[in-house]
Amino acid sequence: MKFFCFHLMPYADLDLDYAKKYNSAWVTLPNSYYDPKKGHVLYNHYLDELEYAETVGFDGICVNEHHSNAYGLMPIPGVMAGALARRTNRVKIAVLGRALPLLNNPLTVAEEFAMIDVMTGGRLIAGFVRGIGAEYHSWGVNPAESHDRFHEAHDLILRGWTETGPFAFEGKYYHFNYVNVWPRPYQQPHPPVWIPSQGSRETIEWAVHPSRKYTYLQTFSPVSALARYMQMYRDEAEKHGYTASPAQLGWAIPTYVAETDEQAHREAKPHVENFFNRFLRMPPEMLLPPGYLSLASMKGVMKAKGAMTGGEQTIDSLMEKGIFMCGSVDTVVQKFEEYQKQIGFGNLLVAMQFGTLPHELAMKNMKLFGDKVIPRLRHLAEDAIPAQAKAG
Amino acid sequence: MNSPRQSFETIAGCKVNVQRAGKGAPLLFLHGAQGVPGWLPFMADLSERFEVIVPEHPGFGRSDTPEWLDNMADLAYFYLDFMATLGLAKVNLVGTSLGGWLGSEIAVRDQHRLRTLTLVAPAGIHVKGLPKADIFLWSREETIRNLVADPVLAEKMLSQPQTEEQIDLMLKNSFTVARLAWQPRLYDPHLYKWLHRITLPTLILWGDSDKLLPAAYGPEFQKLIPGSKLQIFKNCGHLPHVEKKDDYVAAITKFIAGARA
Repeated sequence: MKFFCFHLMPYADLDLDYAKKYNSAWVTLPNSYYDPKKGHVLYNHYLDELEYAETVGFDGICVNEHHSNAYGLMPIPGVMAGALARRTNRVKIAVLGRALPLLNNPLTVAEEFAMIDVMTGGRLIAGFVRGIGAEYHSWGVNPAESHDRFHEAHDLILRGWTETGPFAFEGKYYHFNYVNVWPRPYQQPHPPVWIPSQGSRETIEWAVHPSRKYTYLQTFSPVSALARYMQMYRDEAEKHGYTASPAQLGWAIPTYVAETDEQAHREAKPHVENFFNRFLRMPPEMLLPPGYLSLASMKGVMKAKGAMTGGEQTIDSLMEKGIFMCGSVDTVVQKFEEYQKQIGFGNLLVAMQFGTLPHELAMKNMKLFGDKVIPRLRHLAEDAIPAQAKAG
Repeated sequence: MNSPRQSFETIAGCKVNVQRAGKGAPLLFLHGAQGVPGWLPFMADLSERFEVIVPEHPGFGRSDTPEWLDNMADLAYFYLDFMATLGLAKVNLVGTSLGGWLGSEIAVRDQHRLRTLTLVAPAGIHVKGLPKADIFLWSREETIRNLVADPVLAEKMLSQPQTEEQIDLMLKNSFTVARLAWQPRLYDPHLYKWLHRITLPTLILWGDSDKLLPAAYGPEFQKLIPGSKLQIFKNCGHLPHVEKKDDYVAAITKFIAGARA
């Protein structure tokens, strides 16, 4: 199994009392809540953490794109990837991702990703996402065009990487007479593509197609949803006449390891609860603007109880649902091992800092995870075709 | 009271649901973002004097959502085809909110089948310094409370439970509203340049307590459409046809009767 250290770079110094005046840490929370001097310290701590991930044995580090919120402060993730490119030597750098529909010109992503890939000698993993619903409010992009713009931008970027330029591109949303991407990516024909999602049949059907075989990442979801969507991916692969490999499946989950179960619970509790209840807080109108999901998916989400916009989460409810992993080394190893054997993912992306978790605890978490957890899980997924898939 | 006749008409490859009632001069009603919840009392009242024609726009209600539907211009051309196909002439066009925007977009393109234009709290333009509310950040409850001025009426509307079918239609309608009006929010940045082309007798109606599109937009529309008249309803929100039904019907009836032939 491969291990990635995932970071959101939240504004951990956020005044949590904001919740008395504002209904979300997204879109409408005034940026006067952000203190750049505190932000300076946070950015450098967070970059230290991602650099440290290489030292403690992770295979990769992950940055990502979010806009106009306290939840994730990497609106231009390539800035962070660029900073990390020169301070690391071995790890993959996954940009998960750029939110393609939010961009007016997707060729900037083709360029940015190719630059990182060339600078690092092929250590880039290219993540493509649609962005969170709230970002369609912040960025003034029409959510009803989200799927179509995503697919068109993706096609443009992939052609830009793989076809000799210049060539003309005539889409519905993007039009170019001279597509001619300089630099070309280091990895040929193109960097590996990962598709993070909170779970969508449409996304899986697209990612699994034999012309793509993109790695599908399930992010911040209950473990039951993880199992369902990963099985869906494998079933769809079989329909196309191939068997999906564990490398095509990844799970992103905030994780906290400490000396004992009790200590882990105590140390993580306020910070993970802040993460879900304060940083991820938003009303449904913000999270799911009309058109962002298909009508059928929208109805499904509306019916599902306990969605992210539901009531206050506790560390125990989060652990019970498998949205948050927390415990001693033995507990965490045992649970990940059990889930891996059951579900069959080959990439594990752990967020080692989340919400308000302080730098010192994040570093301790990473050291324990790197020293004690990774070595005991490393052997998994080498031959991991789960039982159901074999039987199917 | 006339009960409406329902039919589906296929125009530009799109099947649309149309309700009609009454006899007399044609009055084509263009609904707003919320669609047509049913045959409303104001429609019945107007059908005492007019042939009232109430289509559900492409992408709304029981009408199809055609592949070609991307923006308000598409919808405007669709309605020019709609009037031609149905052989409508001397049409009194009444559009409310999004439908008022649509009515303006139709009239700036081609008004030869139109006789009068009534715009009720129309969207469609933006004036610097006159902020509008963001309908897409309102919950259902906030939407109802903000759209009507009378809190008792709001409570009454909120107390009616939504059926499964109504939720489906609400979702479908909101998807189409987003497609048409998300960005720029509820207006066409080019429309204001061409509103002077409207030479029809034009009446603009607005509620003084409209929290979505403030009544201050009324005089702005009036300035842009030569010779247009403006009438403001007191203690009225964004839905005068619901909240001030009798005044609304009287204003439209009087205006059309007095309009030059």
